[in-house]
Amino acid sequence: MILIGERINGMFTDVKQAIAEKNKQVIQQLAARQTEAGATYLDVNVGTAAADQQAAMQWLIEAIQETCSTPLSLDSQKPAVIEAGLKIINAENGLILNSSPLNRKTDEEILDKYIEMAQQAGPKASIIALTMDKNGVPQDVDTRVAIAAEITQKAMEKGFDTQRLFIDPIVLPVKVPNAQVQPGSILAAMDQIRYLADPPPHITVGLSNLSQGATERSLINRTFLAIAVSHGLDSAIVDVLDEKLMNVLATAEMLMNKQIYSDSFLKVYASANKG
Amino acid sequence: MPVPQISEGFTGTVNRVTIGATKEAGGTRTSTVTVGGARNVVYGGSPEDAGEKPIIAIDVLDARPEDWTDVLSEPYKDVLDNPSDWARKCVEEFGADLICLKFEGIHPDKKDLDASHAVKITEEVLKAVGVPLVLWGCGNDEKDNQVMPKVSEAAKGENCLIGTVKEDNYKALTAIALADGHNLITEAPLDINIAKQVNILALDMGFPLGRVVTFQATGALGYGIEYAYSIQERQRLAALGGDKMMAMPAICDVGYEAWRAKEAKLADAPGWGDVKDRGPMWEAATAICLLQAGVDIIRMRHPRAVATIRNFINQIWQ
Repeated sequence: MILIGERINGMFTDVKQAIAEKNKQVIQQLAARQTEAGATYLDVNVGTAAADQQAAMQWLIEAIQETCSTPLSLDSQKPAVIEAGLKIINAENGLILNSSPLNRKTDEEILDKYIEMAQQAGPKASIIALTMDKNGVPQDVDTRVAIAAEITQKAMEKGFDTQRLFIDPIVLPVKVPNAQVQPGSILAAMDQIRYLADPPPHITVGLSNLSQGATERSLINRTFLAIAVSHGLDSAIVDVLDEKLMNVLATAEMLMNKQIYSDSFLKVYASANKG
Repeated sequence: MPVPQISEGFTGTVNRVTIGATKEAGGTRTSTVTVGGARNVVYGGSPEDAGEKPIIAIDVLDARPEDWTDVLSEPYKDVLDNPSDWARKCVEEFGADLICLKFEGIHPDKKDLDASHAVKITEEVLKAVGVPLVLWGCGNDEKDNQVMPKVSEAAKGENCLIGTVKEDNYKALTAIALADGHNLITEAPLDINIAKQVNILALDMGFPLGRVVTFQATGALGYGIEYAYSIQERQRLAALGGDKMMAMPAICDVGYEAWRAKEAKLADAPGWGDVKDRGPMWEAATAICLLQAGVDIIRMRHPRAVATIRNFINQIWQ
């Protein structure tokens, strides 16, 4: 499982404050703790509060890479913010550009830009592409799959290896009127996305979004995660510091024969994800 | 739309393990061997993905074997009572990459020899040959726990490969092997889950996984080789898939297992062909099969089988 640790995000108050006060230590500790817990990548998102998002992105990357060599996932919907990060990042161990829709009303070529940025960033740079287009997030299975197919085709046409492509079928909060059909649609879409290419693109989700505003967040997240693993999910943006979630993940992967069983299977799971 | 280029999806590599320490490294060996490093299955990928060539360890017993057939004893008949001459012969005449010193004589059901005997033999063989050594206990946990730590100490600094440790008996030998600077063999009874567990237990004691070689137990041709093959194959695939607890090189015991088969031993079986050929062929066939599953070190006995396998290895791993 390719785990992208979600905690370095300006939406969290500790990170927001650390960015405002330029307190590197908070960020470096989060990087170390998430790495220890089994993160393959660390997501880096400046949030919405920072006045200068490009500068904040650069500051976060510098702070993290001073003490930690875990590859990063640069998380922004704005190409300029990602570009600012790419100028200074060490992508030797890998990198993810997170994320781009297929297209936007205001920017038809957005995915091309992300793919080109990834190609320039080196052979180990991947991208996350959302099953979303200028009409927004699709509500049904077929449109999700159709967008995923277009994304995959675009990547192939540009000579971008499908193993460097992560498709995110977009998890929406379950506590929204009429949104309870969404988890089922996403699973059905995953069943098809994994046959779009050989080798297939990775499938990832921003898991915590599912339980936004709900009670029992961790329980909701980890239950869906276990089901999704059985539908081909092989990556997730998650709270790797949530031990119960990590144990469910270790068990789900073991039951799906992705990890060889041993009596200590929980204990060694974190180290199994590191690159 | 262009036809996509299909790339191999393996991300992991089998660990490289070096056995033996020369003078510069604090030992007295005149050569060392390195195994592992494969990034693909056998025959898979490009030649660089094949890693190091598999190697042959020829068995030398600490005491005269009592159950060897005439065919197997014949090439060693003048040295069976003297392990250091025996080891020298294996290196000089039969080209052993390393010597596996098997302490069968210490087994309580055999000669029940003591630790001082084992230490003496270890020291003599170390003097007699310059190749690295594998030091292998008798399989009786209690006796091995008494004797093998002393054997380990006697070879301190030589960076031997010592074993075996099992799920229910690993602490004593793991600790002493770590202290004496040896590589360790973890053993499991043809059970991939236990194999992974023993590796984790050794790691828990602070033993670096990069110095572990696994022994999954071996079945000879006709006697369970399918199980051995599929476990070795699964270990290799797990290593290539990035499972660090299964990324070790593997050793198997072909000599002992092949020569237990009645097809290898039985003299009075005219329909089966000449017994002089049958045993070496049985041993070679078993070894070739396991090499293809991804085994890195093969323990062998008969010089003719050794020659066949060396030829095979040199043709496949160029």
